[in-house]
Amino acid sequence: MIKQKVRVKTFQINGIDVTGRSDSTILEVAKEHDIHIPTLCYLEGLSCVGACRICLVEIKGSNKLIPACTGKIKEGMEVFTDTDRLHKHRKMILSMIFAERTHTCSVCVSNGHCELQDMSVELGMEHSQVPYLTNRFDIDASHERFVNDPNRCILCTRCVRVCDEVEGAHAWDLVDRGLDTRVIHDMDDPWVESESCTSCGKCVQVCPTGALSEKGVSATEMVKKKSLIVNLLEMRNRER
Amino acid sequence: MITTLEELEEIANKKQCENNECREELRVCIGSSCLSLGAKEIEKDLKKSVKDRGIEHRCRVKGVGCNGLCAAGVLVSHYDNESGEEVLYEKITEEDTDKLAKAVESQKPLEEHRSDMSRGFFAKQKKIVLENAGYIDPDDIEDYIAHGGYRALFTTLNDATPMEVISQIKQSGLRGRGGGGYPTGLKWETVAKVDAEKKYIVCNGDEGDPGAFMDRAIMEADPHRVIEGMALAGYACGAAKGYIYVRAEYPTAVEKLNKAIKQANRLGILGNKIADSGFDFELEVRLGGGAFVCGEATALVTSIEGNRGNPRQKPPHLSDHGLWGEPTVLNNVETFANIVPILNNGAQWYRGFGTEKSPGTKVFALTGHIENTGLVEVPMGMKLSELIYDIGGGVSEGRNLKAIQTGGPSGGCIPADMLDLEVDYDSLKKVGSMMGSGGVIVTDDSSNMVEVARFFMEFCKSESCGKCVPCRVGTTEMTDILDKFINKEATKEDFELLKEMCEVVKESSLCGLGQTAPNPVLSTIKYFEEEYIKGIKDD
Repeated sequence: MIKQKVRVKTFQINGIDVTGRSDSTILEVAKEHDIHIPTLCYLEGLSCVGACRICLVEIKGSNKLIPACTGKIKEGMEVFTDTDRLHKHRKMILSMIFAERTHTCSVCVSNGHCELQDMSVELGMEHSQVPYLTNRFDIDASHERFVNDPNRCILCTRCVRVCDEVEGAHAWDLVDRGLDTRVIHDMDDPWVESESCTSCGKCVQVCPTGALSEKGVSATEMVKKKSLIVNLLEMRNRER
Repeated sequence: MITTLEELEEIANKKQCENNECREELRVCIGSSCLSLGAKEIEKDLKKSVKDRGIEHRCRVKGVGCNGLCAAGVLVSHYDNESGEEVLYEKITEEDTDKLAKAVESQKPLEEHRSDMSRGFFAKQKKIVLENAGYIDPDDIEDYIAHGGYRALFTTLNDATPMEVISQIKQSGLRGRGGGGYPTGLKWETVAKVDAEKKYIVCNGDEGDPGAFMDRAIMEADPHRVIEGMALAGYACGAAKGYIYVRAEYPTAVEKLNKAIKQANRLGILGNKIADSGFDFELEVRLGGGAFVCGEATALVTSIEGNRGNPRQKPPHLSDHGLWGEPTVLNNVETFANIVPILNNGAQWYRGFGTEKSPGTKVFALTGHIENTGLVEVPMGMKLSELIYDIGGGVSEGRNLKAIQTGGPSGGCIPADMLDLEVDYDSLKKVGSMMGSGGVIVTDDSSNMVEVARFFMEFCKSESCGKCVPCRVGTTEMTDILDKFINKEATKEDFELLKEMCEVVKESSLCGLGQTAPNPVLSTIKYFEEEYIKGIKDD
């Protein structure tokens, strides 16, 4: 990778003049300027993968939609985050996420504290535009403190990333592909038998839905500490 | 170890003399298609029969790469070294081997198996990439050298600068044969100009489109051609290491490539200080584990790194951030196979074939309802009608042509009334299909186009890596909706939803797989909408 000097770039988001360091992403600059772009797989402090496609934005002069979380800024670019086309796409994509597995809010531990649920409110999604697929998976409740319910998983891979990038254990990863993709421990072992898992619980705290939860909580009771990762990284950097 | 062009010529001369010791050659096609029909046994039997008849000093039996006419396998060519005459025999089975040896002994051709080589299938082709296929022994580096191999590499290393190589490739107008058609010279130049300690050359041999087998044939028939092209790319871009990523389902190609690399290493054609020039180039074969998505550039390099072969968002492009984060040139097998002839004959010569914007030739794999199933190489810009009728021999069983599918699951269907279309990157794109790697699937009037679309959608569904939502869920949803049309249970709302999903999946997916997955549906809706309407149930 070529190392380039960091400079400041000026461009526009939704017609507003903004500036950002040349190595930042559209999403970072938007946040700095209090411009809201909806995100789902993104989590501050973790690497960006552009998997959920909710944060797609339009760039003038290009027909392509770019995820704001991975899209690097360019001098003079004109970014639009709030167009009819984007609304249509985001709603359809969110519909697909809801249709894929079983997201029944009323019985979910995360009801009321769920980022997926919040997103449907934010985007004004009242019903799924696409037929439900309700793909079914076994629940892993083998761990003494945590539960993994893949039926509520949206494959954002925050758990995989936090375990690898912050905890340094890389206990989680993906198995299979397409609709059958699951997050697993080690060689698809039950959670309790995982040799690499340190039981730190970071994955549970970053999980946007009720897929990873603490044992003993019932519907609506699972409140997650979302700022955990940013605080942790800040403390680490301070020690250095 | 050879270090000079003279030593290379010496090997070539020695091999040529050796080849000329036998006046005649029986060349048995041992490409994968003929291999599955027992070509290896036929080669063995022929050797025995020739020996039994005591004509082994006169006629050599050797295995060669794909001849192209796969529909008529096993193919055996009888070649006369002195007169240059060739008689091609088709549909040879193990029972025919002795008859064939007898025919060679008595100099009377075996008429019932003789193939008419004057017909369009042979006459209308122009072989540049496949010029050695069917002639040389892919297991023998000396045979490649005897046919002019590695001269381009040695002369270039001695006489040309990397920028001169790139300039030749740029002038030739060569475009990536993997399907996208990105200018190869430009790609090389981008990597060559980057300052980096390490750079990589990667060859994409993960050919996975249903109905495509061009790259397999090239790797099996002429592995050294690919290796030489990659070494030249390494020199041009300043890379000392290359990888050939081949799908594990191509065991013969893997075997031939590994053997070829070993032979090249032994002769010092690969390794350190090639041709005494200070240029080092090392080559390694990596196997794909059976995922179509690993043909996508970013997924492919991730897979070589030993990770799950998931694509990642571009940019950064590979030329900037490729294998192990270093600048990387990734080209398709056929692209690398074009390099040697361009450097040997010059860019202007190459531009003499094909069209202004798509110079050169393209190898196509003809499959489906077509008479001459097989592998053909034609100049770009050839009319579809010539490709299907003159070369392909028309639709099989005398039926009528309905559509031609190009570009695999990323491409589209072209209706029969567009036969005048000249085949190149831009014209195919214009009509809603794409060149792709070169698979051409012909469908006759008995086919249901919704089923064709569903076939490709299901393929994408099962090959989606699952990383991004639109591709993972969208391809499944669309397969389900297409099923409704096939079962005549669809509603008007389903049709609207299908079109809407096509748009969303196309525009919002992360990589090329998802972005192009709706193409077969979109093109069949465009040209065969009535078949969708028929799938809508009455209210």
